[in-house]
Amino acid sequence: MPHNRAMFAYLVRRLLYAIPILIGVNLITFALFFIVNTPDDMARMQLGVKRVTPEAIEKWKAERGYDKPLFVNSAASGMSTVTETIFFEKSVRMVVGDFGRADDGRDIAREIATRMGPSLAIALPTFVLGLFVTVSLALMLAFFRATALDFWGVVLCVAMMSISGLFYIIGGQYLIAKIWRLVPISGFGEGLDAWRFLILPVFIGVISGIGSSARWYRTIFLEEVGKDYVRTARAKGLPETVVFFRHILRNALIPILTGVVVVIPLLFMGSLLTESFFGIPGLGSYTIDAINAQDFAVVRSMVFIGSVLYIVGLILTDISYTLVDPRIRFS
Amino acid sequence: MSDFEIVVLWSDVLIWLLVVASVIGMLAVRRSPPLMAAWRRVGANKAGMASATVLLVFVLIGLLDSLHYRVALEGKPGERKQYAIEVLSVLDAIASPLRLNHEKTYSAPFATRLYAKENIDLPGGGMVRDYPRLRHGGRHLGENENGVGADVALRVTYAAGLAIALWLLLVVAVMRTVHGASWQKIWRGETRLAWHAILVTIGCLLLCALPLLALAPHYHVFGTDKVGQDVFYQILKSVRTALVIGLVTTLVMLPMAVLLGIVAGYFRGWVDDLIQYLYTVLNSIPGVLLIAAAVLMMQVVIDTHPEWFSTAAERADLRLLALCFILGITSWTGLCRLLRGETLKLRELDYIQAAQAFGVSSPRIILRHILPNLMHIVIIALVMDFSGLVLAEAVLSYVGIGVDPSMTSFGTMINNARMELGREPVVWWSLVAAFVAMFVLVLAANLFADAVREAFDPRAA
Repeated sequence: MPHNRAMFAYLVRRLLYAIPILIGVNLITFALFFIVNTPDDMARMQLGVKRVTPEAIEKWKAERGYDKPLFVNSAASGMSTVTETIFFEKSVRMVVGDFGRADDGRDIAREIATRMGPSLAIALPTFVLGLFVTVSLALMLAFFRATALDFWGVVLCVAMMSISGLFYIIGGQYLIAKIWRLVPISGFGEGLDAWRFLILPVFIGVISGIGSSARWYRTIFLEEVGKDYVRTARAKGLPETVVFFRHILRNALIPILTGVVVVIPLLFMGSLLTESFFGIPGLGSYTIDAINAQDFAVVRSMVFIGSVLYIVGLILTDISYTLVDPRIRFS
Repeated sequence: MSDFEIVVLWSDVLIWLLVVASVIGMLAVRRSPPLMAAWRRVGANKAGMASATVLLVFVLIGLLDSLHYRVALEGKPGERKQYAIEVLSVLDAIASPLRLNHEKTYSAPFATRLYAKENIDLPGGGMVRDYPRLRHGGRHLGENENGVGADVALRVTYAAGLAIALWLLLVVAVMRTVHGASWQKIWRGETRLAWHAILVTIGCLLLCALPLLALAPHYHVFGTDKVGQDVFYQILKSVRTALVIGLVTTLVMLPMAVLLGIVAGYFRGWVDDLIQYLYTVLNSIPGVLLIAAAVLMMQVVIDTHPEWFSTAAERADLRLLALCFILGITSWTGLCRLLRGETLKLRELDYIQAAQAFGVSSPRIILRHILPNLMHIVIIALVMDFSGLVLAEAVLSYVGIGVDPSMTSFGTMINNARMELGREPVVWWSLVAAFVAMFVLVLAANLFADAVREAFDPRAA
């Protein structure tokens, strides 16, 4: 079918477009981590600026493989002039999933693989539940548009989005876990036992997202309400509920779903705040620990993985557009 | 008052530059009827004007805190003058009772005694374990510690009375000076500016602020923190940090976003491809991670070059500015994309095609015909970003990639206070005060942004 072939060619083009972007991300992170500051500077900073010997700096660099030239190793011969460099070993190798070792000597790739599970266990339910709750709320506000319910609903949304995310976490944890003792304050369990630890972070995650999302979706619904096909549906004599659930909801879901598809791959990364407050051994807390310990290798790896996941999200968005909206042409 | 030396921090320069720019902007708006009409719509918006009044108070506090100086130390005559290490601001001078009234450690709001028990020497010898009396909180009461309630009530009543009197004077002044603003018209909201909203807001602010100011020199109204500093004073100091983050960041990103967005949309072709590539790459790196990486690198630069900074305040200030730059670089892509799309549409319009046919140069077309038609998008983006940036500062400071730990900000306050929820009895005041102050600021900013968007967005009308 010509349509399928056009779509296939389109997707291949999008995939090819991802390659230069990935190279760009790689170059930026490399420049940020190795050119803005030389490895000598980083060594001096981590070892303490005052009492530091040249030998200690050399040892620090050798331990991490930072003692090689940046781009061209003139001491080596053949292919090694390119491969025995910081750029090749630290940046190019990331593309095949080799992230090297963290400062504590552990393999970063393996650490990431084991920590993805807990991150996803929090992020996925939060995402699905949050989407369901906010879309339902927005639909209700749009259905009762221009009434007191709508007005106070929007006021509540604006108030909720003005509250710091830290407040939801600190306040929720204090009230529900410490005062009411309904769930453990923090921690994580294996297997089915994990739900006791997950329920509070997921609940707080959903609540803290309501304000801005519900208001945004409400605007999308209201934009659909004003369109011609809605008037036609009403003119046919359809009851308002049918107009809303069969026509408006379906059409408004196109911008909403395609808008959220881009964040789905990023769910693997977890949430920095939630994970560190609730002591969940996921990628978010891994990143925070790395930032506080100034473990450059881990932060660099997370930047790279985050970018790859974002690019995957962009491609998924393109695919979802073509699946959801048949009017899209591939050009 | 002794001799002093004026200190100009870099962020002060940028803040006052912003003030000058907004004055020039206002003068320019007067000459442009469509922009003037849009601002009139903002002026008639009740929620918009009420929130603008609140924001103005925050801005005033921030501006007072942006005039810095160093006091000269007492020295022998003939010696070269030495200045204190500590950099103070005009706000510090006004609030000096708050700044100097240090306690030993935590104390609750309106407390007269410390939070923790200590060994106290009795005058007749011997020791007793009790909550020690505060050095400053409620000192004027002397032995009569039970009189706190009555004393506070009395002071609040006086201050509230003064507030009401001041407010009535203000209402009369507005009726006298503003053309066509009679009592009935203000009451029914028929004035051109939403005076009823402004006056009600000012009334509420006066009723809150005057009692607070009357009590602040005698009590720790919001308590004290771990090192005994007054929480109310910290809140006042945090305002400037929040404003700098919210405003200077947009100042940094604006030229880049506007220039690149317009150029990409106007010239198309390879220029467009290049700029699109640039912002897609930057956008691909998740914001927090890019900020974390950049801030870590900035810390290395600052730590390995201690000779660049003569005072700690200067170092903290430069770190704040660097944070603004980093936030700006990571956040310009959204606005740039919007402007590119809009320019693509505009350049196909007849009047621009005609200008091109007449041989008007591209820079001139961009300046005269395209830029003015993009102003509404720029203004909306400016006000929309502010609240997000204020909230982001708190989160970044918590993660450890925010402002310098020595700089007072809502983020550092929350970060220092959150561990204290585990204590028994709970130390809640610093956390609650920071959250409430932040909530008021962000809510006002959000409401104002809504009013501006409603007035400027042609789609909303």
